[in-house]
Amino acid sequence: MDLISILLGGLASGMVLFIVSVGLSVTMGLMGFVNLAHGGFAMLGGYAIVLGMRHWGLPFPAALALGFAAVAALSVVLERALYARLYRAAELDQVLFTIGLVFVMIALVTLAVGPESQRVVLPAWLDGQTDLGFIRYRTYSLALIACGTLLMLALWLGFERTRIGARIRAAVDNRRMAESVGVDVGRLFTLTFALGSGLAAAGGGLGAEILGLDPQYPLRYLAYFLIVVAVGGLGRVTGVFFAALLIGVLDFVLKVEFPKGGTMFIYALTLIFLLARPQGLFGKRGT
Amino acid sequence: MTAKSKLALALAAACFAAASASAQTVKLGVVLPFTGVGAEFGQQVDRGMQMFMKLNPTAFGPYKVEMVKRDSKNPSGAEAKTAVQELIAQDKVDILAGFIYSPDAIASAPLVTEARRPMVVMNAGTAWITNLSPMIARVSFSMWHSGFAMGEAAAKIIRAKTAVVGYTDFPPGKDSLDAFKRGFEANGGKVIDAIPMGGPGQVPDFTPFFQRAKDRKPDVFFVFVPAGDHAVSVVKTYGALGMRQAGIKLIGPGDITQDIKLQSMGDDAVGLITIHHYNADLDNAANRRLVAAWKQEYGASATPDFMGVQGYDGMAAIAHVVTTLKGRVDAEGAMQALKGWKYDASPRGPIMIDPVTRDIVMNEYLSELVKVNGRLVQKNIGILNAVKDMCKELKEGRCK
Amino acid sequence: MNPQALPAVRELALRHRLQWWEALPWVAGIAAFFLFPNYLAFGTQVLITILFALSLDLVLGYAGIVTLGHAAFFGAGAYTVGMLAAHLGWTEPLSGLLAAALVAGAIGLVSGWVVLRTQGLTLLMLTLCTMALLEQAANMFSGWTGGFDGMPGLSFQPILGLFKFDVLFFRTQYLYALAVLFACFVLVRVLVYSPFGRSLTGIRENLLRMHAVGAPVRARQVLAYAISAALAGVAGAAFVQATGYVNLAVLGLERATGVLIILILGGYGRLYGAFAGAIVYMVLEHTLSKAYPTAWQLGLGLTLMLVALYARNGILGLGEALRRRWSAR
Repeated sequence: MDLISILLGGLASGMVLFIVSVGLSVTMGLMGFVNLAHGGFAMLGGYAIVLGMRHWGLPFPAALALGFAAVAALSVVLERALYARLYRAAELDQVLFTIGLVFVMIALVTLAVGPESQRVVLPAWLDGQTDLGFIRYRTYSLALIACGTLLMLALWLGFERTRIGARIRAAVDNRRMAESVGVDVGRLFTLTFALGSGLAAAGGGLGAEILGLDPQYPLRYLAYFLIVVAVGGLGRVTGVFFAALLIGVLDFVLKVEFPKGGTMFIYALTLIFLLARPQGLFGKRGT
Repeated sequence: MTAKSKLALALAAACFAAASASAQTVKLGVVLPFTGVGAEFGQQVDRGMQMFMKLNPTAFGPYKVEMVKRDSKNPSGAEAKTAVQELIAQDKVDILAGFIYSPDAIASAPLVTEARRPMVVMNAGTAWITNLSPMIARVSFSMWHSGFAMGEAAAKIIRAKTAVVGYTDFPPGKDSLDAFKRGFEANGGKVIDAIPMGGPGQVPDFTPFFQRAKDRKPDVFFVFVPAGDHAVSVVKTYGALGMRQAGIKLIGPGDITQDIKLQSMGDDAVGLITIHHYNADLDNAANRRLVAAWKQEYGASATPDFMGVQGYDGMAAIAHVVTTLKGRVDAEGAMQALKGWKYDASPRGPIMIDPVTRDIVMNEYLSELVKVNGRLVQKNIGILNAVKDMCKELKEGRCK
Repeated sequence: MNPQALPAVRELALRHRLQWWEALPWVAGIAAFFLFPNYLAFGTQVLITILFALSLDLVLGYAGIVTLGHAAFFGAGAYTVGMLAAHLGWTEPLSGLLAAALVAGAIGLVSGWVVLRTQGLTLLMLTLCTMALLEQAANMFSGWTGGFDGMPGLSFQPILGLFKFDVLFFRTQYLYALAVLFACFVLVRVLVYSPFGRSLTGIRENLLRMHAVGAPVRARQVLAYAISAALAGVAGAAFVQATGYVNLAVLGLERATGVLIILILGGYGRLYGAFAGAIVYMVLEHTLSKAYPTAWQLGLGLTLMLVALYARNGILGLGEALRRRWSAR
């Protein structure tokens, strides 16, 4: 089968992984906080987007913005009120707390909306196929690739070229040193946490076409998010980007060629990558 | 068995007998996944049971039914088995019902055999489940019902010569593959590739598998995936890859056109041909009544699907048992009443429990998706009457 | 001054002494058998989960190895017993436990030797991937493992040729699980207070210093991992013997995160944390899900959040804090 369509398919699924996981990588790198509820924010965002479109008739882009804003706001409240109490706690207490939070999110969504899965109704201009000249391909996949690439560029510029970005990088690399030169790491964290959760929310809505959306979402894809973050390296925007694409494409290619192995490949690949480079493919040694 | 344990068993049996004999209220233990990945299916079956009670208030005659509901959570079998053990030992239920996942029914089978409790399976579709215990009767389906019928229909009605099969890599998927292949190749077709498409745990991105199918250029592409999210993705991917334009027809069991998901499938689904024992567009009085009442109860966008109707018919079967035995349910009497039970008022048309296998005998409806007034509708294009579980008829593998 | 008089030295020297309250769990376990005769299937599950959590405590609480893949060994033990019974007709339960321990221990030894060169998130993911690979393999070779539908109707010989498994009331299974748990607990208790166990704690507390004093750090970690894997395998084997059924769920991420949560909830590195965590978590889940079949996760989730927020190191940690406050008065 032709190489280009394999590549495009793999890139599209990689982009979804990138959009949802990038926030997790930065917040984990910054504060070392093990936030297993990250997928929960993606789910809440997805629901906000679906319900916004269904009940208020919002167009898809507006609903995405709403999902981003609503979840980012919620995450700031949760971060200040609850997460902040656990910064100095053991990592395992953070695990306990965030898994508890996932259970609560699942139960609340089930009670409020119901256990059935939801569908994002795409606008006509995103449905069907597009002719690229050399190939016809699924429009939505192409849109995802464009979206993910733009987001990556925006984040990269933000991290590399702005003062706040420099502070975040400094704090990820050496938190104590950053604090001692006057960087308010706590506030940075609130900011990146909100941004990361908001991005996850948008990713929940954007990716629903491929990953689906129902109350089990946060647990179902937890392993995938963690894999992307681990392979990409903690706190590395570009690392997460390339890791997501690499895993997306390789997983896709191997599934086409050897369907019998099914979903085994992603785990085998991760195992090999991490044994070869424990700090992540794109992480710095010692982070 | 030692004398002591014999005595204990006899005592226990006596206790049970006393408990059920004195009661005019029949206790029904319902084991369904109310949380986790199967929660939406549990909800459908549960609602189907409720709707039967609502629409047939006199079905149980003077006898009362008390339902004790238990969450079977994940499809591990062990959770359901623990729930069943407690329902029997502590709650002393007379009949057990529910069971969405095959593992749940399979793991619980030895318990109901030992305790002599009738068990009405309302979904679990692995063909050989009914062979595991004489206490089991099934009102739902086995994958062979639709799979074998679709194989026949694909060769005879659609006139396909070659087929590629894509299936979710777990037992119902493999059953579906085997059944379709038997039916299709017995009628002159040829399956040229069979593609396993990941496990049931998560909805994979189907694009790579469908690409592979497209490259084989078959006449029809038969797909089995579990009902729910998988099905919508299948239709979307089929449309997105332009397989229709390439002349490949998508066919499958009705799991991929589950009614609750149908309207979200969009125009990609038009022309899809499926075969199943129920869809919400079936034109009969009982079904029209059920669909109307369902929408009134759960909202205009809600609809019963095949799982809901399995819950509905399951309650009908239980009502038949209770009224036949005059409120005193015992194992032999219940199984005797279930064997050969016929029910013409089912929303899926006439059904019967096969007296030999205790599995369901029902019609399979071939339907094509069409668009009417902006709504997707399953148009009936053929009926196969009184279809049995072909796995047991042909004595395939474990069905012997 | 006599070093024996120093409180810290006394604490260390006397820590392994049996305390009177250590009999309580076992008395309670036997009492439960008589008090709740209709709930013994559930009780058996609790006992097996305690054993599973205890095996995790050995690596997580004592050796400081955080893993998300411990269900791999539970599953390995479970499938060992299941496949021996289904394909070879080997249904003697005690030798089955031993075989499960050997297989799971061997997998632990090999995978531990490979993955334990890393730590933190990387180690977490490596253990998770090892487990996921086993799960996928079990699905791929479903002709042998039964796959998703599992192996139906496994039955085992009477224990020691005397006690028949009780299909309906789970009486034998409960006492069997209690006995297996007791034996394994004694083993773990001896182990953690032995020089080997002390050196594990040393590794957890100060890795560099243990290297500096010349302790064979990695060999000890791998050995602890293998022993823990063997114990998890015993838990899995007992699970299959008690339920007479095994399918893919024994290997899933859900079981792995579940046992991790249970151990953290109870308090890790404390031997009895596994008991407190498993009992509180499972009884809460069981009662809530009976009362509210669709919404019980809300109550459970809130409980986990509250414990994480207000107790350091789980229920036992909370108990210790309260006791310290009490004695400080």
